[in-house]
Amino acid sequence: MNVLLPINLPKPAASAPWRLEVSHGVILAGLFVVGCGLAQAQVVPGQPSVLDTIAKWTPVLAKGFVFNLAISFVAMTIGTMAGFFLGAAQISLLAPVRGGAWLTMNFFRNAPWLVLLFYCMFLIPFQVTIFGKTIPIPDWTKATLGLALPVMANVAEVVRGAIQSIPTTQWEAASSLAFNRRQALWMIIIPQCIKRMLPPWMNLYAILTMSTVLASIVGVDEMMTQTQRALSAEARPGLLLAFYSYVLLWFFAYCYPIARWTVRLEARYAVRQ
Amino acid sequence: MTDSIDPIVEVRDVHLSFGTTEVLSGVSFDVRKGGVVCIIGPSGAGKSTLLRCINGLVPINQGTIRVARFQVNALKTDAEKIALRKEVSMVFQQYNLFPHKTALENVMMAPIHVLREDPKEVRERAVALMAKVGLQTKQDAYPGELSGGQQQRVAIARSLAMRPEVMLFDEVTAALDPETVKEVLNAIKELAREGMTCILVTHEMRFARELAHEVIFTDGGKIVESAPPAELFDHPKQERTKAFLSQVL
Repeated sequence: MNVLLPINLPKPAASAPWRLEVSHGVILAGLFVVGCGLAQAQVVPGQPSVLDTIAKWTPVLAKGFVFNLAISFVAMTIGTMAGFFLGAAQISLLAPVRGGAWLTMNFFRNAPWLVLLFYCMFLIPFQVTIFGKTIPIPDWTKATLGLALPVMANVAEVVRGAIQSIPTTQWEAASSLAFNRRQALWMIIIPQCIKRMLPPWMNLYAILTMSTVLASIVGVDEMMTQTQRALSAEARPGLLLAFYSYVLLWFFAYCYPIARWTVRLEARYAVRQ
Repeated sequence: MTDSIDPIVEVRDVHLSFGTTEVLSGVSFDVRKGGVVCIIGPSGAGKSTLLRCINGLVPINQGTIRVARFQVNALKTDAEKIALRKEVSMVFQQYNLFPHKTALENVMMAPIHVLREDPKEVRERAVALMAKVGLQTKQDAYPGELSGGQQQRVAIARSLAMRPEVMLFDEVTAALDPETVKEVLNAIKELAREGMTCILVTHEMRFARELAHEVIFTDGGKIVESAPPAELFDHPKQERTKAFLSQVL
């Protein structure tokens, strides 16, 4: 009877995308405890304790973290909207549109995020004058745009993949009901893609959030920048490990639930397809 | 104007190849308004492709196809093809319902967004069509919650909602279990009796015999023989037809 059973193929090598797990949080927490312990050992009499110092700076760091979140929200929104059109452009019937979209996507998907960030910081002027009115462009706007570019390219790839995963018979059914291509795409194909796009999209958001700290390099007042300021104000090298692992814990606390939720959604949609 | 043109479908010497494979090599036939034509034949005879040529999904290499006032082979732009497809509806073997919409929404979508009709009127018509195919209780079900036969009947209602001149059925019962085949065939039967022009690709010989005005037997991209069902099934002239029928009957 063996022949009737499905062949037991060896499981494919673990190619699952990298995910946050509880163990990462435990490691980070451990790092934080060790960092605090080391720092505490270096405290000289008269200095405030490590935990007191961290507590003192927490409101400042939290303000920076809000900035990280703001950048991530705006970059994700812009990147997603642009990415939808870039992804849809890749199935255009016009070869130049298709080619251009493909080139754009691959350029921004493969360029290092930091390089794109620098490009936006230095290529976009710090202010523009329109009709005699001078509008300043703050650094964080430019940083947000710089991060939105790779997001756009990654969303485009997710959208393209999802569109192509819908059976062509759906296109056929749509066209024999006299839908035009654009209607078929936006009313029939893309709504079916949303489910399968959600998990990779959320994954991308978690990656983006973690990448917002790159903005510190170009001088945006986000959490990382504030941490560096706090450290130089304290001028106690012993605090380094404690502070940085503290920042990591903040990001972990924010991104971990997203990662878990993504895993759950993936499991749900993997079964019901 | 449209209504006075007869025959409503005119296929003349159609040739089509995919690469070096010849799929259709000189197919000609007519369908009168209100006529029911069944196309039978072995797999790979080009039956489904022929249907796809009639509604312009697959462009032909040579020959002419006319449906009502549309010269299908001369349609170039999407807009022209869309105008044709408003008159010619197709029902598929795999139903191809839109899984993210309820049954009723599936029926309503095209009239509202393509024909730009009043949603209220379309809704009334869709409800009536759902009742007509015997699914008045399933309006709010999603395709995934329906059986194959039910899905196929929704697909028929969806096509009918466009109020087409011609309906094409591409092996619509081939994916169904024997019990549900009947419910789908009954829906088609009713349509045919109401005078809808139907072209069916089918393997249901009894159904073809009962319903068709003309049966066309195709093989190897050619029409081997075509005749009224009583003649073709009982007194086939060609050896190839006899051989095929002896296998399937």
